[in-house]
Amino acid sequence: MNSIILQAVARFFMPVQLLFSVFLLLRGHNAPGGGFAAGLVVAAALALHAIAFSPAATRQLMRVEPVTVAGVGLLIALSSGTIGLFGGEPYLTGEWLDFSVLSVKFGTPFLFDVGVYLLVIGMAAGVLLSLMEVRS
Amino acid sequence: MNRRAVFSGLARAAAPLALAAYFAAELADIGDGARGFSYEWVPALGIEFALRLDGLSLLFAVLISGIGALVFMYSASYMSHHAARGRFYILLYLFMGAMLGLVLADNLITLIVFWELTSITSYGLISLESQRESARSAALQALFVTGAGGLALLAGFVLLGQAAGTYQISELVAGGSLADDDLYLPILALVLLGAFTKSAQVPFHFWLPNAMEAPTPVSAYLHSATMVKAGVYLLARLMPVLGDSDEWFYAVSGIGAATMLTGAVLALAQTDLKRILAYSTLSILGSLVFLLGIGTHDTVVAAMVLLVAHACYKAALFLAAGIIDHETGTRDIRELGGLMRAMPVTAACVILAGLSMAGIPVMFGFIAKESVYEALLHADRLETLLLGAAVLANLLMVAVALILIIQPFFGPKRAFDRHVHEADVWMLAGPVVLCFASVLLTFMPARVDSSLFGDATGQITGEFAAKVSLWHGFNTALALSGLTAGLGLAAYLSRNHLATVLSRGASGAVSPEQSYNRIMTALAKAAESITKLIQNGYLRLYFSVLLAAAVLLIAGTGLAKSDFALPDFSPAPRIEELGVALVTLAGALMAVGARSRIIAIIGLGLAGYGVALVYAMFGAPDLAMTQILVETLTVLLLLFAFYRLPRFAVYSRIGTRARDALLSIAAGTTISILLLTTLTVDQDRTLSQRLSEISKPEAYGSNVVNVILVDFRALDTLGEITVLAAAAVGIISLLRMRRRRSGE
Repeated sequence: MNSIILQAVARFFMPVQLLFSVFLLLRGHNAPGGGFAAGLVVAAALALHAIAFSPAATRQLMRVEPVTVAGVGLLIALSSGTIGLFGGEPYLTGEWLDFSVLSVKFGTPFLFDVGVYLLVIGMAAGVLLSLMEVRS
Repeated sequence: MNRRAVFSGLARAAAPLALAAYFAAELADIGDGARGFSYEWVPALGIEFALRLDGLSLLFAVLISGIGALVFMYSASYMSHHAARGRFYILLYLFMGAMLGLVLADNLITLIVFWELTSITSYGLISLESQRESARSAALQALFVTGAGGLALLAGFVLLGQAAGTYQISELVAGGSLADDDLYLPILALVLLGAFTKSAQVPFHFWLPNAMEAPTPVSAYLHSATMVKAGVYLLARLMPVLGDSDEWFYAVSGIGAATMLTGAVLALAQTDLKRILAYSTLSILGSLVFLLGIGTHDTVVAAMVLLVAHACYKAALFLAAGIIDHETGTRDIRELGGLMRAMPVTAACVILAGLSMAGIPVMFGFIAKESVYEALLHADRLETLLLGAAVLANLLMVAVALILIIQPFFGPKRAFDRHVHEADVWMLAGPVVLCFASVLLTFMPARVDSSLFGDATGQITGEFAAKVSLWHGFNTALALSGLTAGLGLAAYLSRNHLATVLSRGASGAVSPEQSYNRIMTALAKAAESITKLIQNGYLRLYFSVLLAAAVLLIAGTGLAKSDFALPDFSPAPRIEELGVALVTLAGALMAVGARSRIIAIIGLGLAGYGVALVYAMFGAPDLAMTQILVETLTVLLLLFAFYRLPRFAVYSRIGTRARDALLSIAAGTTISILLLTTLTVDQDRTLSQRLSEISKPEAYGSNVVNVILVDFRALDTLGEITVLAAAAVGIISLLRMRRRRSGE
């Protein structure tokens, strides 16, 4: 689509959306938000970019293949559970760091959430971009 | 010779060699004892991962690791140019591990896990040259037959565990015979089914000759020396529990005898070296089962001796056949001849191994045959019949052995399309060592008596003694051996005549393999017709079936138990709640009544946003947020998916629309009533209260919803995201295929 208005809006809005998604990710543990919602916000941002410009431009912006992003996310989520194993605890035991940065505590559940975040981004972006690129 | 491949192949033989050395060292002091360990797996069901080394398992372990080491050494050279050798080595290692696990297992469930693992690795190895259709179908056939047997075996084991109260094999054996138990016959039938399919007994024998599609090292290792003996091992191991009854005697020795004779007879008619060996293996497997069926102490000893003797000579013969194939390029015995001068070492190995097979003195096979005759002479019943069957089978084996020895090496010299020379030392090592072992075992009676065979037999019969020696004096057994040899020679000389008789007789019968093929075709046809009916490709059919089934189950249960109840609708809804409800309703109506797809999708989106507002109004902000986001993306996805489709060209007929309306209304009403009913039920909120309480202190999060998702119930989330990832990969792949096809 070649609407200048949409392109301008997209250029403006995308950074805000991305920032918002990180915000949602970080606050998820203590207030509404979390990995799923944050990932979907990024997906929405990418969708906006793809509609305003073109799917090819969005792929170039992403630099990495969406499936790769999803795979990395899954890997992070899976391995976040193994950290507990080193302490002799069962898989997926939550281990936390002692300090907190700006009232956000970091630990394996957060890592898990990051994995979910990346997976949702990769999945949604991948499906969306593939659908948009289909020629009739 | 691909030098680097050979050396790396040899390095791989190091582990099996080490294992073989370990097990061989254990031989001296295992005695009548045992050692092992067990690890609790599912304590509630009595399932443990338990391994136990005793006389019987040690015998097998030595064979498995020893012959394994030789096969690895052989493969280093034989497979050095093979394209799939990486996969080959991995599968061979896995197989060896699985086979060792099988014989060392002390828990029935542990055993069956390894049992199935051997079937799977065998499948991979038979179909190694997967570009060949014959290899693939042979592998599938083997997997199907042994897999079906494995299923029966599992059922039998569960029943056995129930009847005896324990799954530990050592405890089962100590508990004595279950022949009087009510469940004895089903258990026996199922366990025998498992053992017979694995050890290729009649009528499940047809997969073994076809398994010769595998590379020769695999045939030598799996399908002659180890995997096919797993059924024999099982019968031996469970004999104290299931043996000692008429059913066992007639079933096991009957099937064993049938296999013994079938294999021997069919071996004569073969022309492919490997198939000759396969059918003769079949015959020996039949003999082993036959002996275990009779079940006296002597027959068990004889079975153990025969097992070892056969493993040695058959593996040697297979490896030698591989050498001949490798060097001359053919396995057809009609095309082989005069190889004595070109391949003297191979010839020597084949001669020695063949003599062992024929049961000629000085080779260990002779001792094995003698033990069999001795044991049968002292059998409790049907002595003459048993002896007759044994002699018949053995004389045919002599004939086959003579064919193998004389034809390729002393027959008329043939022309080959390449220069034939002796194989390299790594390929020869295997057969030479095995023949050497055959001779060595003959001349080590004392050591071999008690430590190898006595300990093994003792685990089965309780008597830890075995008399195994070369010379027993001039007795009936010796006379029988002589008779067998003589008749065998006669059979060899008249083999062509015999072959014609056989082929004439066999043409009319329906072979088990034909039955297998017919069953497979019928299964495929049935599956096809069911799929055509239920999965005709239209999403609306799947959806309707799902909805209808759900409605029937829920409504049916609810009405039958009069469980449905409506809450009292107080307090009255507020104006904003009514508004949201109306908006949602409007969206739904828009979706249903739309004349274009885009409007329908927007209608759905509107309904979705309405639901999100409901979530927001009733205190579920996370849910509302996610719902809005998902709804937006879904609308986008649907728009892009449907954008390319043409406008609605055909609208459904009134009848179809009425039917769909009926189903939808029924489904909606049922779910609504179900939801309303849940409001009347006393809800136990202890779990959600507890989770909310510990959310902040123990999980450092105030948002209990998110804490549940990523901490308390992280495993569920893990499963969900894996499914998402799989679905995404599927969708993207399908779309990419479409792009590629439309010529992108």
